[in-house]
Amino acid sequence: MTQEIDWIARSGARAKGGRPAFFDEMAVDRLYSLALSLTAELAVTRERLDTVERLLEAQGSLSRGAIENFKPGASAGEERGIAMRAYIARVMRGFQQEVEAMEDPDPPVTDWVERLSRG
Amino acid sequence: MKDKLPPPYTALKRHPMMPEASHDEAARFNFLTLFNRYLSGDIGRGNRIAYEKRVLPAFREIHRRDPEDREEIRVAMNQDPFHRTWSALKRNSMEMRQQNGRQIVLRQLDALDARARAFNEASGLLELNPGIEQPVYAACVDIHCQPGGYHGGEHPDDVTVGANYDVGLFATTGGALGSLNDGGGQAVVAWVKANRPDWYPERILDVGCTVGHNAVPFAQHFPNAEVIAIDTAAASLRYGAARAAGLGVKNIRFIQASGEDLSRFPDGHFDWVQTTMFLHELSADSMPRILAECQRVLKPGGLLLHVEQPQYGPDMPLYEQFIRDWDAYNNNEPFWSAMHGIDLKAVMEEAGFPIDHQFVTGVRAVPDKSLFRGSPDGEEEDYGRAAIWNAYGAWKPQVTSQAAAKEISA
Repeated sequence: MTQEIDWIARSGARAKGGRPAFFDEMAVDRLYSLALSLTAELAVTRERLDTVERLLEAQGSLSRGAIENFKPGASAGEERGIAMRAYIARVMRGFQQEVEAMEDPDPPVTDWVERLSRG
Repeated sequence: MKDKLPPPYTALKRHPMMPEASHDEAARFNFLTLFNRYLSGDIGRGNRIAYEKRVLPAFREIHRRDPEDREEIRVAMNQDPFHRTWSALKRNSMEMRQQNGRQIVLRQLDALDARARAFNEASGLLELNPGIEQPVYAACVDIHCQPGGYHGGEHPDDVTVGANYDVGLFATTGGALGSLNDGGGQAVVAWVKANRPDWYPERILDVGCTVGHNAVPFAQHFPNAEVIAIDTAAASLRYGAARAAGLGVKNIRFIQASGEDLSRFPDGHFDWVQTTMFLHELSADSMPRILAECQRVLKPGGLLLHVEQPQYGPDMPLYEQFIRDWDAYNNNEPFWSAMHGIDLKAVMEEAGFPIDHQFVTGVRAVPDKSLFRGSPDGEEEDYGRAAIWNAYGAWKPQVTSQAAAKEISA
C-alpha cells in the first residue's frame, strides 16, 4: 500500500499548539530560526568534509556510497566530537561572553576614559 | 575533554526497526546533541545569573517584595534578553530535531511500514483497539513539539511518530539515555534488582509506554515475566511492538488501552505497575483515575513506581521550579507545571496507597557504558530532560483496608 509522500514538505510539519513568541518582534524569532538552521547546516557540511578527507586519506579514492556508509571509529568519533564542540563554542561566543559579563561585570570603558583623562 | 562527549550518532546500537539515517542526517543529530548539551551545560547557568543579577533586583524594585511563585518569575524572566535568546535557541533546537527525524522517517516510510507490519503479523505482540479514543490531554497539542503527537501520522496505520520519536531521542536528551533510548527502563530495573534482589514479578504493566523503550528492559531482565505495555496511541504501539520483536523480545505485549480504564484486567492482576515520565503528560482529572486503576489492578504487596522529574514542593527554590517548568510552556507539555506542583503523596494516598507504604527515591539513567560516560548533572543538568529522576513509589498493602473492614464486620 505505497502512498507517495512529499517528504520534503511533510518533514517540516508544524507541531499543533501555539508557538511561544520569544521576542517582541516576530522577525527576530524568524531570524533565530534561520541562524540556527544555517549553523547546523554548516556543521553538517564540515562533518561531511571531514568524512571526505578521512576516506581520501585512507583509500585515495571516493565514492558517494562510501560517504553515506562512513562510521567513524572511537578515536575519529572523538576527534569529530571535539571539533564540533569547538565549532559550537566559536559560533556561540557572544552568548558565552554575555554569561561571563553577567557573572563578573565590568564598568563601561567610558568610565576609564574619563578617569584616565583627568590627569 | 572526552568526558563531555556523547558517542557519534552512527555508533549507537541499532535494531531492525530503526530508520537508516544518511550521512548528513546523522551529522545533523550530532550537531543537535552537542548543541543541546551546550545550551544546558555551557551557558545554561546564564539563566540563573540573569535572574539573580537583573531580573530579581528589578522585580524587587517594582513590587517591593520577592516573587511569590514560579509564575511571577516566569513572567519577569520572559522579558530578560538572555533568557529570551536561550529559550529561542532551545525551542528551535527541538523543532530542528523533529524536522530532521521526520525527514529520515518519511523518506523511507513505506519500507518502515512494511517492516513493522511484517514483524507485527508474525510476532503477535500487538493488540490494537480502534474504539480507544485519544484523550484530550494527548491530543490538544503535539507533545514535545512532535508533529502528530504520539498518535497521529501521515496516513492510517503508519509508524511515522513512533519512528520519529525513536530516531531522535538521542539528540533531544543530549545522548543521556543510551544507545537504545532505554536508560530509563534500565535505571528502574537496576533499582528493583538492588532493592528487591529476590523479587521475580510474574506480571508487569507499563502504562503510557509510547514505543516501549522503557518497558522492553523489564521484559529482557525478567524473562519469565509477562510484560503488558499499554498506550492510547496506536501509531506508537505499532512501531513499539515491531521494535520489540526486532530486538527478539517475546514476553511483552503492546495493547491499545487507556490507563483510565483498565477494566480488561481483573483486580490484583499485576505484581508491578510502572509509569516512566508519563504522569506529567496527563491532566488534573485523569491522573487520579489512572492512579486508582493502577491501585486496583495491583496485587497486594505489589509495586507501583512512577519515574518523574522531581516534584516541586515547598522546599524547592522558586527559581528552580521556574527553570524546571520551561518545558511546560515551551515544549508543549501543558500539564507539566500543575503535575509537578501537586502533593503527589497525597494524590497517591487518595488512590489507595497509605503514606507509610510510599517512598521516594532517586534513579539515574543506566546507559551502555561502552559508549556513554554518564550524564551531566548539577548546574549542567538539562532540567526537564535530564536522565536523573525521582521515583515515586508505593508497595500496595498486603491487606487492603476494605478487606480488613470486611473481616472485622464478618
